[in-house]
Amino acid sequence: MSVTASAPRFLLPPDSEIWTSLEVYREHGGYAAAETAIRSIAPAAIADEVKASGLRGRGGAGFATAMKWSFLPKDGSRPRYIACNADESEPGTFKDRQIMERNPHRLLEGLLIAGFASAIDAAYIYVRGEYRTAYDALRRAIADAHAAGLLGKNIFGSGFDFEIHVHRGAGAYICGEETGLMESLEGRKGQPRKRPPFPAISGLWKRPTIINNVETMSHVPGIIANGAAAFRAVGTEKSSGTTIFGISGNVQRPGAYELPLGTPLREIIFEHAGGLLPGRTIKAVIPGGVSMPVLTAEQAMAVTMDHDALQAVGSLLGTGAIIVLDDQQCLVRAAAVIAKFYRVESCGQCTQCREGTGWLHKLLLKVESGAGSGADLEAIEDVARFMEGHTICGLSDAAAWASGWFLRRFRGEFEAHLEGRGCPHDATSFEI
Amino acid sequence: MPLSHELENRIRAEFPKYPEKRAVLLTALHFVQEEQGGWVAPDCILAIAGLLEIDPIDVKEVVSFYHMFHDHAVGQSHLQVCTNLSCSMRGARGLVRGLEEILGVRPGEMTPGGEFSVEEVQCLGSCGSAPVVQVNNEPFLENVALADLKSLVAGLQTRRRAAVGE
Ligand SMILES: Cc1cc2nc3c(=O)[nH]c(=O)nc-3n(C[C@H](O)[C@H](O)[C@H](O)COP(=O)(O)O)c2cc1C
Ligand code: SF4
Ligand code: FES
Repeated sequence: MSVTASAPRFLLPPDSEIWTSLEVYREHGGYAAAETAIRSIAPAAIADEVKASGLRGRGGAGFATAMKWSFLPKDGSRPRYIACNADESEPGTFKDRQIMERNPHRLLEGLLIAGFASAIDAAYIYVRGEYRTAYDALRRAIADAHAAGLLGKNIFGSGFDFEIHVHRGAGAYICGEETGLMESLEGRKGQPRKRPPFPAISGLWKRPTIINNVETMSHVPGIIANGAAAFRAVGTEKSSGTTIFGISGNVQRPGAYELPLGTPLREIIFEHAGGLLPGRTIKAVIPGGVSMPVLTAEQAMAVTMDHDALQAVGSLLGTGAIIVLDDQQCLVRAAAVIAKFYRVESCGQCTQCREGTGWLHKLLLKVESGAGSGADLEAIEDVARFMEGHTICGLSDAAAWASGWFLRRFRGEFEAHLEGRGCPHDATSFEI
Repeated sequence: MPLSHELENRIRAEFPKYPEKRAVLLTALHFVQEEQGGWVAPDCILAIAGLLEIDPIDVKEVVSFYHMFHDHAVGQSHLQVCTNLSCSMRGARGLVRGLEEILGVRPGEMTPGGEFSVEEVQCLGSCGSAPVVQVNNEPFLENVALADLKSLVAGLQTRRRAAVGE
């Protein structure tokens, strides 16, 4: 199945073009996929096409999107909702923002098609509070789509009614966790819920809810317009399609690059991002946002950016947010900065996470200062073990992995700081 | 009256988007902060609780949970400097120190006249253009250099004076 009017294959407009206006988006084929889908494709066939595309979630966990949709109850009871995750707070990550600021209708069209496919009443886009520009762009886009009859009642004369609302968060990383997001949207502290029940059965206001990331939903119009095969034509067998890689840190051209999954990390760093500063070499690379285990230079140079390849080297694709650290930087400092983040962002419900994130941060600062000993390195490992696997959400695991893997993979650098020796890179490294 | 009629109406206009009024809480707090000096005063907490028909403690808890809400006064220009990894790697610590020198306040403090306050924040989602500063939830200032800080502060002062008609 593929519709005749083809939508652009890519999520982002070329170069620095901005397609915020409805007219411009339509000139580029926008809403043709939604129109065809709603007028002439059966909802089940839309879900099948998404399934055939192999689309996996772009929010971090890489869960199969069509499978997630299939968990909704089959009884047809209404209302049911989409929660669209635009909280984007994983350090290093700035890709969803590109879509919302430069191509907001693409997200709306994705939500519209997904909403039709699953008989959804309304979608709530939960945008992190700091994303003012994205919020304004979405609000304008929704108003324009409404005025054009693309949202609201009886869309394309099909009898399908659908609303999209933007909801602003207020600064809390944990609201990106799917159940924390739902608590927050309902007007409470963003403390994650215990599962089961899963959101597909009991989500927003205890109603069936599907939750997907901004980028995930923005792929849907392309899949419907051009077909699953075209989507699968790039990427790997198990990681199909393109994604927006964000790259930052010690590279010449940091930024967002939309490329096929499975692109070699070396190519992203040296071709797209322009390589390192002259005379520098890579020391470490974080491949998917700070929650994902750090890679050594050797691992980074050999790996491709897809789920299987990263798992094979003991890391994860996460949000595809790459942070490059060159040979002049102190990795204990990097680990300490990251540990502070989790300490600040832990929601405090689980003891291991609330206490553990604080200990990790303190221990890493101690080691960095030169006041640490071998016993402190043992303590970091013990705390990391204690934090893993027994908490309500994944923040505790992420905090443990982040610090734990810096230590495991770069132990020599940690040891060089011990017993009063302090930071060997003090003269060249970034400051904390 | 802690909330103007206009503000109350703006909050009420959000109700139809949701099955429960309570879902408007974060939006209401944003509106109040934006229009009433950048923080949520105790009488506003009571007024919002009344409007949404929830307990004041529920509002208080939410105010203290989210980093963007303040239960104490902040500067008219509230400067947030991201000090997460990518920004730190591009000089965020120097920016914090630079602001300390120019304004004479440390993160978490406010200048005596209440004009400026500074806060260190976590990743703002702009790591590709690090380091990043945000002033009062306006669009990010990107690739900020130490040398930009003086003119940034001066610009904000000029804008402030123009706004109060000095
Ligand atoms: C601590 C934590 C923070 C998260 N933050 C985000 C986020 O900012 N954005 C996001 O899309 N997913 C985030 N996730 C993943 C979501 O829980 C969820 O898996 C995702 O939104 C599902 O969408 P997808 O299947 O389309 O990826 C986070 C998860 C955890 C555990
Ligand atoms: S793991 Fe941490 S962030 Fe997640 S629910 Fe427990 S305390 Fe909160
Ligand atoms: S680290 Fe500063 S914006 Fe991401």
